[in-house]
Amino acid sequence: MYLYDALDKEFLADRSAEFRGQVARRLAGELSEDQFKPLRLMNGLYLQLHAYMLRVAIPYGSLNAVQARRLAEIARRYDKGYGHFTTRQNIQFNWIKLADAPDILDQLAEVDLHAIQTSGNCIRNVTADPYAGATAEEVDDPRVWSEVIRQWSTLHPEFSFLPRKFKIAITAAPKDRTAARVHDIGLVARRDRDGTLGFEVIVGGGQGRTPYVGPTIKEHLPAGRLLSYLEAVLRVYNRHGRRDNIYKARIKILVAALGAEEFGRQVEEEWAKIDGARADLPDTELARIRGAFATTPFETLPATSAIFEANKAADPAFARFARNNVKPHKKSGYAVVVVSLKAVGQTPGDATADQLEVVADLAERYSLNDLRVTHAQNLVLPHVKLDDLPVVHAALQKAGLATANIDLASDIIACPGLDYCALANARAIPVAQHIAAKFADADYAEKVGELKIKISGCINACGHHHVAHIGVLGVDKKGEEFYQLSLGGSGAEDASIAQILGPALPADKVAEAVDTLVDKYLSVREGEERFLDTFRRVGMAPFKEAVYADAH
Amino acid sequence: MPTLIKLTGGAFADLDNEFVHVADEDDAPNVDAVILSFTRFQAEGEALLAAGRKVGVRLESDQAVEDLAYDLPRLSVVALAFPKFRDGRAFTSARLLRERLGFTGEVRAVGDVFREQAGFMVRCGFDAFEPSDGSTAQEWGTAAGRFRHVYQRAADDRAPAFEERA
Repeated sequence: MYLYDALDKEFLADRSAEFRGQVARRLAGELSEDQFKPLRLMNGLYLQLHAYMLRVAIPYGSLNAVQARRLAEIARRYDKGYGHFTTRQNIQFNWIKLADAPDILDQLAEVDLHAIQTSGNCIRNVTADPYAGATAEEVDDPRVWSEVIRQWSTLHPEFSFLPRKFKIAITAAPKDRTAARVHDIGLVARRDRDGTLGFEVIVGGGQGRTPYVGPTIKEHLPAGRLLSYLEAVLRVYNRHGRRDNIYKARIKILVAALGAEEFGRQVEEEWAKIDGARADLPDTELARIRGAFATTPFETLPATSAIFEANKAADPAFARFARNNVKPHKKSGYAVVVVSLKAVGQTPGDATADQLEVVADLAERYSLNDLRVTHAQNLVLPHVKLDDLPVVHAALQKAGLATANIDLASDIIACPGLDYCALANARAIPVAQHIAAKFADADYAEKVGELKIKISGCINACGHHHVAHIGVLGVDKKGEEFYQLSLGGSGAEDASIAQILGPALPADKVAEAVDTLVDKYLSVREGEERFLDTFRRVGMAPFKEAVYADAH
Repeated sequence: MPTLIKLTGGAFADLDNEFVHVADEDDAPNVDAVILSFTRFQAEGEALLAAGRKVGVRLESDQAVEDLAYDLPRLSVVALAFPKFRDGRAFTSARLLRERLGFTGEVRAVGDVFREQAGFMVRCGFDAFEPSDGSTAQEWGTAAGRFRHVYQRAADDRAPAFEERA
């Protein structure tokens, strides 16, 4: 894991001091709310429906135990005892007082955390594969490149006032757990035939009002040229992205307007003018960063564990957990454990301070002091010994964190919605809870299999409904909350944008409609087909008929 | 007349602004130093330069600095406009002027110019500022020097983190 050196720490201290001064000027009335707004947004501080919300960056979703405990302390002391993990692997505190914000930032900085670039029209926190450094699928450790980009993009002098926010995702595995194809830039690391590392560069994907699966503008960018190429993409965007209309300002609109080929040509032209010797990271620094991630102290262990097997045989709940939440590890004798924040009745992505402390302890004791956040709003203990799985499971169970539903129907992504957010048209959390309740029977949920349901409370699509197998979008119809369903989206390597099912439904019909869709799927499913595969095979018609025949 | 903050040899100072901003619709005043729009410069620049005046050009944020490339050696000032705090195009323009076009004259920030962006501006190669928030040179310098470290190379000569570490 990358540890901040004195220089990184001094940088955070300077940032914290700067914000403290700005808050003091605001509280003294020297700055108006209008003048203060862009400044607080640069530190992730939003004004929401009921209070200030502080979004804390978790760079590429990676935390250690000390950091997780500090987040728990902040939740307890300054919030209502919980935090909310987001689809960008960050955490939000929803009940913050402005006057407390500088103290919170100081306390975060003490453990190398911050809120830099968690909002504003700048390069946001990079998302990365939460299984990085643990999965055998990857061709390189994407955290190395995430850290390179974190440093490069931090207070970038040229790219901090872009037309709109800018999000980068990196994965180095064929199975994409970052939604790379619906990011402003998606980077997929690959090795070519002679083993040379490079990135497929996908630009102009996105969600929001106008969802796009991003086109590939470069098939194999030599890895060492990453920063100069990013500079070229960002410069073309900064100069030519639209600034007249906030809804048309993302890079996806520019790429779509020019066409991927022409956009790619402009990037190449700009790239050719950049001096790589100045713009690309020197090999020595890359080696330093790589070294920080290469020192995970794995033990040499047998590939199987008698303890693990015996517990699976003896405890059906553990066996279910092992089937759904335990993923293969690159090192023999280890596993990746996904901790679901989607217990039935829970707000998706919320964790209480007590739960954060439990997970922090488990990470420290059983996962080489490493904890990850996923874009699906769950947590990951990336390096757990097979022998330790039963004890980890028991501890999670005790904390209400052992729900065995990863990628199943109740593992729902939802934005905070109208319960918190000033932009929302409709609530998202209660809808998620109602749908999840339909799949509370774990046998049934497993029978249904992989089913990604995602809910957004407005068209900004923070709940990723466009890339859901079943997407739910809250809309306002004359002051009433309605929900538009869409089917067949995917944010993974087989990315696609979901298609609208039909007229929006009232809130009390949504869970029922999802139920109907799943019944239809089960009746036409062939073999082990996922919901998404069945939809792609049979199309919209049977599903549409099922829901609207029922509704009328 | 707006105050002018000038960065010279690492020090910020309040100076009198010797340049007069001339709007397109106004008659050219009989002064030694003027800043003109690009359009007006194309029409009147030759004559003013021939008359020994100091000439600067103001570029709006949607105008390409490359269009000035040929004239740069004769210009005293390129003023880059920030029509709004959040319009960041002039940051790119400044870097290109310094790093790609090799302009060594004054690069001046005009428009919505706030001290919160001072650090970014200096790093991108601006060396003169017409602050719209009433900042003094001292306040500007404090804001610009807020961070002891930077993470990337830009148009200034600050050593990025990776060089400090090496």
